[in-house]
Amino acid sequence: MSSFAHAGLLVRRSVIRTLRQPANLVFSFMFPLLLLAVSSGGLNAATRIPGFPTSSYLTFALAVPFIQGALFAANSAGTNFAEDIESGFLSRLSLTPLSRSALLTGQLAGVVALGLLQAVVFLAVGEAAGAGFAAGIAGLPVLFALSILITLGFGTLGALAALRTGSGEAVQGMFPLFFVLLFLSSSSLPRNLMSIDWFHTVATYNPVSYLLEAVRSLLITGWDGEALALGFGCAGAIAVAGVYLCSRALRTRMVRT
Amino acid sequence: MNRRFRSVALAVGARSIHNVFTNPALILPSVIFPLFFFAAFAGGLARVGDIPGFGYKPGYTAFQFAFVLIQSSAFGGVFTGFGIARDFEMGFGRRLLLAAPNRQAILAGYMIAALVRAAFTMLVVTVVALVAGADLSGGGVDLFGLYGLAVLVNLGAALWAAGVALRVRSIQGGPLMQVPVFLLLFLAPVYVPLDFLTGWIHAVATVNPFTALLGAGRDLIDGDAGTLGVAIAIAAGLIAVFGVWALRSMRRAEAAGA
Repeated sequence: MSSFAHAGLLVRRSVIRTLRQPANLVFSFMFPLLLLAVSSGGLNAATRIPGFPTSSYLTFALAVPFIQGALFAANSAGTNFAEDIESGFLSRLSLTPLSRSALLTGQLAGVVALGLLQAVVFLAVGEAAGAGFAAGIAGLPVLFALSILITLGFGTLGALAALRTGSGEAVQGMFPLFFVLLFLSSSSLPRNLMSIDWFHTVATYNPVSYLLEAVRSLLITGWDGEALALGFGCAGAIAVAGVYLCSRALRTRMVRT
Repeated sequence: MNRRFRSVALAVGARSIHNVFTNPALILPSVIFPLFFFAAFAGGLARVGDIPGFGYKPGYTAFQFAFVLIQSSAFGGVFTGFGIARDFEMGFGRRLLLAAPNRQAILAGYMIAALVRAAFTMLVVTVVALVAGADLSGGGVDLFGLYGLAVLVNLGAALWAAGVALRVRSIQGGPLMQVPVFLLLFLAPVYVPLDFLTGWIHAVATVNPFTALLGAGRDLIDGDAGTLGVAIAIAAGLIAVFGVWALRSMRRAEAAGA
């Protein structure tokens, strides 16, 4: 059996396992949409601030569920991986000729599928509620590609936490840290409208700001090359670093096994 | 309060307080989360205070301080519910029921722990807010009213969470304690005054009891105690309802043999 076939089996298992857990789906879809509803209703008055980029806070805030969804997906990926470690499934896999890259690909496939599904649902709900999508039809594949890359990036961080700790509880414990990254970014206001210096500095160094701004550019501006380059660059860098670190952690874990 | 009631309540309270303050994993989240919300809202949304017509004299940091204070006191109560659930899940609750001559005193003990926990969090949040430049310009009596209101919110939330914990008797019931409180808090005017809300969220916020509590807290910071009476009546009502709920849940736990 080739590496592709090996990976294919794990991909299928990962996708089915992710999408079959109602708790995963409820938290990954409902919670971001609920927060979107609350913030778009509660902060609509913020569009009256001079220089706010759009007259609809819903359109502005619609970028946030894409990142929140990715954070939930990271949690899901990490928890699933940790379960495999705790239950001994990874130990059994290590006795097979399966390559590390096939194993990692297989484990993360579920999270990528979830990321794509989330992007479709969030966009559909947002548009149904009246949000804009300035990039038009041609922007859809770009938005979905970016969403998948962001989900993959955070998914690798969740998997890394699982591989380093081997504990689902530890992965869950890391979840609030991811949320801190989201809240200390340009999630609620554009960076140029932040008047508190330290917050502006933190948001500027926080890569999540650039992920949000890339998604937001497609929704509000249309085509903003700089925002998209920074967004894809940050998401790609997180994914590449995450895959590299996961691969190393997996090697250590399998040697230990 | 007779001696047996007092001794049980103080013993349960002291044990819970000791557990919380000697375990960083229990005390840190209840302190860090409010601070984190305070930083994110007061820092990231400061320009919202410049919206024409916003008109809150003490400023946006103080506007958010009232929310974070009420929120931290509510979550101090909810986190106490987690402790009750853990005690009953591990069988300690059953031993308490067998040993205590007055079982209502067990509940009172947990409430003492909730109050101490909330007082600690409120102290930390207040110090951070003052360092961050919050203008708590209300007079001493008004600020006393604000903290009194926060204490009532803490008791109400703790009784709600205790009722859930005593019925579920497992930490798995955590989301059931937490999510309704979280929703009520965030369906109040968190970011802007009620008048600035539009559509469905305005309708929901208008009937949300936390709106009155939050509004009174913000008014007190601004030196206006005019809405305090309504807020205290609402908080007292919540305590009465959730007090009955918690006592009935205690009876249910007793009947189930915990």
